[in-house]
Amino acid sequence: MTAKAQVTISDNRETGLSRRGFVKGALAAAATGLLASCSPAAREAFFQRHFRELTQDDKERILDRLEAEYGRKYGGEFTVDAAPAAEGVQFAYALDLSRCVGCRRCVHACVKENNQSRDPEMHWITVLQMDKEKGIDLSHATAYYNPKQVPEEGHFYVPVACQQCRRPQCVTVCPVGATWQEPDGIVVIDYNWCIGCRLCMAACPYGARHFNWAEPNIPDDEVNRDTHYLGNRPRYKGVVEKCTFCIQRTRNGRYPACVEACPVGARKFGNILDKDSEIRYVIENKRVFILKEEINTQPKFYYFYGV
Amino acid sequence: MHFLEFVKGSFRIWTSGGKGYWSWLAFLGMCVMVGAFGYAEQLQRGLVTTSMRDPVSWGFYIGNFTFLVGVAAAAVVLVIPAYIYHWKPIKEIVIIGELLAVSAVIMCLLFVAVDIGRPDRFWHLIPGIGHLNFPSSILAWDVLVLNGYAVLNLVVVTYLLYCAFVKREASASFVTPLILMSIPFAVSIHTVTAFVYNGLPARPFWNSAILAPRFLASAFCSGPAIILVLLQLLKKYTRLEIKNEAIWKIAELMAYAMFINLFLLGAEIFREYYSGTHHLLFFEYLFTGIDGKTALVPYAWFSVFASVAAFLIFLIPATRKNPVTLNLGALLIYAGVYIEKGIALVIPGFTPSTLGEIYEYSPSPVEIKVAVGVFGIGFLIFTLMLKVALPLMLGEFDIDQPVPARARDRAKPAPAAAG
Ligand code: SF4
Ligand code: SF4
Repeated sequence: MTAKAQVTISDNRETGLSRRGFVKGALAAAATGLLASCSPAAREAFFQRHFRELTQDDKERILDRLEAEYGRKYGGEFTVDAAPAAEGVQFAYALDLSRCVGCRRCVHACVKENNQSRDPEMHWITVLQMDKEKGIDLSHATAYYNPKQVPEEGHFYVPVACQQCRRPQCVTVCPVGATWQEPDGIVVIDYNWCIGCRLCMAACPYGARHFNWAEPNIPDDEVNRDTHYLGNRPRYKGVVEKCTFCIQRTRNGRYPACVEACPVGARKFGNILDKDSEIRYVIENKRVFILKEEINTQPKFYYFYGV
Repeated sequence: MHFLEFVKGSFRIWTSGGKGYWSWLAFLGMCVMVGAFGYAEQLQRGLVTTSMRDPVSWGFYIGNFTFLVGVAAAAVVLVIPAYIYHWKPIKEIVIIGELLAVSAVIMCLLFVAVDIGRPDRFWHLIPGIGHLNFPSSILAWDVLVLNGYAVLNLVVVTYLLYCAFVKREASASFVTPLILMSIPFAVSIHTVTAFVYNGLPARPFWNSAILAPRFLASAFCSGPAIILVLLQLLKKYTRLEIKNEAIWKIAELMAYAMFINLFLLGAEIFREYYSGTHHLLFFEYLFTGIDGKTALVPYAWFSVFASVAAFLIFLIPATRKNPVTLNLGALLIYAGVYIEKGIALVIPGFTPSTLGEIYEYSPSPVEIKVAVGVFGIGFLIFTLMLKVALPLMLGEFDIDQPVPARARDRAKPAPAAAG
């Protein structure tokens, strides 16, 4: 099924289904079958192999097809890149909890950069508000705080996104291998291979995976047209997505969008194998810790108190 | 080949029946339609039509799936006592157990199918064509054992019934190993399903070593509960000879299973409440609710009371042997285990979520419609299979009488009360 076949239907909001709706549904289902046998592009999309089994030629054809498809859907020139991991790179992240004020600029920068759906709304970063008295205690944290001004008295903030685990549970459990870890340590999903079983969501200890319960929507003028196949290209209904350390930026030597957006400089990012990198400095000179270390997923996302 | 006659005869049997039979079929047909409407809506708008959301990413569908895996497993495990106690209608019980297993597994697979976000990509799961992540993903194992189990049971049942049709003695050397093999398979479908949950360190509520034993214990209650009712109906409405002793024996076995089930539950509850770590949250959500969020509380307590009451009924010989209390007990067990597996296992596993969010889940109308449809298909398959199997077992339908003599007056639809 292509994304095209599904875009038109979000007006049908009633819970009961009219006969017309039923016929439409049946037609949509039949159309899927027909499309798969008629339109070459749709057929190609349907029969597309697992990303890691593709040859260079396959990949180029697929990227062209996707660029055209997204271009038609949102207008403008799209690039869908598939830059591979560079040798000698292991990305890691660090976050200074003593600086974070809980303003959530990172959340919104991430939404924009990574083409997260605006309706229904999706956030890859969850900023948790915690009580100073209780320390880091996820069971008493809340993501739903809404004061006029942050930070609030007696509270501190812990932003959580994918921790890019060294032993990613989400990868272990996926029944079709639709998610895996790249050589530079980034855990990715092939949105064209995921079957939407959501076992990875049950397995992730950090609530870092998000499902497209409905067709994702992004206004044409807000789409980021600079994309990576394994990262921020627009997603489909019925598949899972997650933070990829902005693979489309970081593989081209840029910082993730959240790092750039943070007004207090709480976020650090870099190549852990590079001795001169800032991330290496943080790990060597600060006391870092990870979340839920007892689960042994071994995150590459470090927290620390800088002051 | 006589197979064509077999098929023709079966058609004749399906199309002949009394009012009861036809209204039952009409009712099931309606259920299937309701499900089709629900599913069409879900396909069109996506899983947003369910009440599942990121914090509770599995719900009613996977709960039903888990419950039915137990039914499928237990139906065949009845084969063990059938062999041990040498009941007269062994063959009948084996066949009925297997028919039930086949329909339950089909329902399981359907519940998984309606739960996935991209059903059009189902082929990604097929080894060779797709990319089955075996052996790393326990769900991949589950796919294999469930399908294996379905095929195994289908082969045995078809073979036995076809032998009855051509009036040939079933070859023991072919069928006995298969029947015996179906027992470890039955255990494995349930164990593997338990491991899908059990193997997730992110979810302390499931990440307990006794989850698989608990699954088996509860399955040995719910599966036989259905068979128990079924056997009584068959006894009453057909000429199948089913001894009361057989029924009481099953009830007695269920008492043991229920005891183990309750004991294991108690062991979990002790650990959680006495040590009082933060894992307790999930049990608290289930039994008392957290911060006034108490959606599951009445169900949880009803399930416990139903299970205890059923245990007592099956334990005491007088109530076990009285048909009224016996059936009440079966019903209570059914309700108790259905809630325990269908609601009280999946949802508290997700609530609170890994980041501490409490999202109160209860199935949406679409989920309920789709589930009705899946059950409709399952019961329809079971009814049609049984409709042909019965005259075969009774020797009323074979190559010598391919037009079943009594097809017309055996109108009573046996499984009408099984649900
Ligand atoms: S945080 Fe979750 S999604 Fe990210 S790698 Fe770890 S297990 Fe996977
Ligand atoms: S939802 Fe997609 S990525 Fe997650 S386990 Fe299922 S198939 Fe794999």
